[in-house]
Amino acid sequence: MEKLFLSGNEAVALAAMDAGLTLGVGYPGTPSSEILDRVAKLGGRAEWAPNEKCALEVAAGVAFAGGNALVTMKHVGLNVAADPLFTLAYITIPGGLVVITADDPGMASSQNEQDNRRYAKAAGVMMLEPADCQQAYDLALKAFELGREHNMIVLLRMTTRVCHSKSVVQRRGEPKPAPATGYTRDPQTRVMIPAFARKAHRRLRAKLHELEQTANSMCEEIGNPEGGFGIIASGVGAMHAVEAAPMAAILQIKMCHPAPIEAMRRFAARFEKCFVVEEGDPVLEEICKAAGIKVVQRPEIYRFGELNVSRVRRMLAGDTTPEPAPVPGKPPELCPGCPHRKSFEALRDLGCIVSGDIGCYTLGVLPPFSAIDSCVCMGASVTVALGLRHALPEPEARKVVSVIGDSTFWHTGINGVVEMVYNRPKTGHVLLILDNSITAMTGMQEHPGTGRRLDHTPAAGTLSLEAVLRGMGLDNVDVIDSTAQYEEYKALVAKRLASDDLSAIIVRRPCIIGMVKTKAYEPIHEEEHK
Amino acid sequence: MNTVNITFAGLGGQGVITATDVLARVLFAAGFDVKKSEVHGMSQRGGSVSSEVRFGSRVASPMIPEGESDFLVITDPTQVEVNRSRLKLGGVMILPDDVDATKLANRKSLNIALLGRLSRYLDISESAWDSAIRAELAPKLHEVNIAAFALGRDSR
Repeated sequence: MEKLFLSGNEAVALAAMDAGLTLGVGYPGTPSSEILDRVAKLGGRAEWAPNEKCALEVAAGVAFAGGNALVTMKHVGLNVAADPLFTLAYITIPGGLVVITADDPGMASSQNEQDNRRYAKAAGVMMLEPADCQQAYDLALKAFELGREHNMIVLLRMTTRVCHSKSVVQRRGEPKPAPATGYTRDPQTRVMIPAFARKAHRRLRAKLHELEQTANSMCEEIGNPEGGFGIIASGVGAMHAVEAAPMAAILQIKMCHPAPIEAMRRFAARFEKCFVVEEGDPVLEEICKAAGIKVVQRPEIYRFGELNVSRVRRMLAGDTTPEPAPVPGKPPELCPGCPHRKSFEALRDLGCIVSGDIGCYTLGVLPPFSAIDSCVCMGASVTVALGLRHALPEPEARKVVSVIGDSTFWHTGINGVVEMVYNRPKTGHVLLILDNSITAMTGMQEHPGTGRRLDHTPAAGTLSLEAVLRGMGLDNVDVIDSTAQYEEYKALVAKRLASDDLSAIIVRRPCIIGMVKTKAYEPIHEEEHK
Repeated sequence: MNTVNITFAGLGGQGVITATDVLARVLFAAGFDVKKSEVHGMSQRGGSVSSEVRFGSRVASPMIPEGESDFLVITDPTQVEVNRSRLKLGGVMILPDDVDATKLANRKSLNIALLGRLSRYLDISESAWDSAIRAELAPKLHEVNIAAFALGRDSR
């Protein structure tokens, strides 16, 4: 088979196709966003869901039908999908259901650096962890194989460096056709009422126990077999360790849940000193300690940020002195001509308390705008603002606005509008939807409001922000362009803030970068604009 | 052979990642083990961007250890100080001024011109570079970038 030069994300997409893919579904999030685009380019069926919970549930249905489903999301996306995840762990799944969680140690483009290996343990889900692009390909293939063999959902933990690095990948076979589908009724293992779920939980624990053998057999020694000390390593940390410690024996863990306890025990027993090199939380270290396997305690400073060869060298040397701070580069900023610029200028000048959200527009927190006061997670702009309105003294409550993007609104912002109408604040509320008509931050992906599917062909249905908001019963729904109609926009925000109404202002102007791409998708509309 | 380390650094929108895509492709085609790494996302909003390429007989880590770059190619003068510590002692720094940008048909192809300048240090045929550029870039950008590459490769 041919050798290819691929990113980790491209390797996962290729493996899913080679395993025989029925459907790829996810929500864009750095560093996972390119996987589904690649699936579509390889001729597979791929869709953007409005959010990760929807994506995982659609995929579950595909797997219940016997198909193979690939679900992609960034680490915080799994928080949104955690509800189906924990119960899918109990369910006997006839098809393939592989979930990519792309963690972001160091927060290159995220709001936290949670370690999703904790989810595997908490939910009782099998988790594989590649160290480079070849392993991303191999372990994604293996995930479909193991999942179908054991009728289980499988998590594949990628990290920023595995997703976005490129290396040589040896392909293992031609793409398989998607498996034949059909429904076999089995309510005992698929309807999680308490009576069935109690049995299902016991079945899950028995399967996980059995899988420990697989975890042991999947470990690989990649260092110097005659090495003077040992390193247990996972993820990209294993590759850094090979280079940082050529004189060490290295055991690479490829299945981190259930953990390969016996393999780690046998390995560690060979050495006076055994280290654990892992990115993020000390997950393997804690497992070793709980099992009575003697490993060196990692200094706390290495929990934070990405690892690299230099940091692994320092860690192995027991160096706990403060690490040299990187020279600060130029921070990102809203693009010149970005429609969000004018939107934030007005909020700054009006002295608003701005409850923000996740997207390019979060950059409105930086000078010269300094116009965002809180940002928690997707959709929180709407609901956090409602809490502020409930709690603050009236003069301050009247200054509170929510600012959310179009894609984020469809993701989970829409739920906040339900809350807003149902539990209306005394002073009303003002919701700004900065509609640049694309998912800009993650690389210009489509969403339910753009009118196009993932592959940019026309969508079966398009949701209209104004129709939905009017239908939900807001008092005012306006559409305005804050760049072209700046004074009117500013006056409108001030007017709505002064009233007790529930108001939405859709600030609509296409992303200046996205426009170039979307024009190419819509030759007909281009004609109309002339 | 020992691993050779090349870092490209500049600002979002300058084609830093495109340049290393071409570089990695040409090295992969020449039969080396190659690893390439960069961080996407926030960086594309005009902030500092860098991309690392490593090649040799076997490359483990995708990231270049601090101070071990054999070559540091900078596409924006403001990014020199930010990245200087990545270059090893005796390493080669290539700066935007190393090519005459006024001779570029399109200023946006400075990334490929600097790649051309770098190519003088690598034992790769001109035709291999040519096909890598054609493979990575859209057809309408081929001629301007092949000219930019030649400008960098031949500059004094």
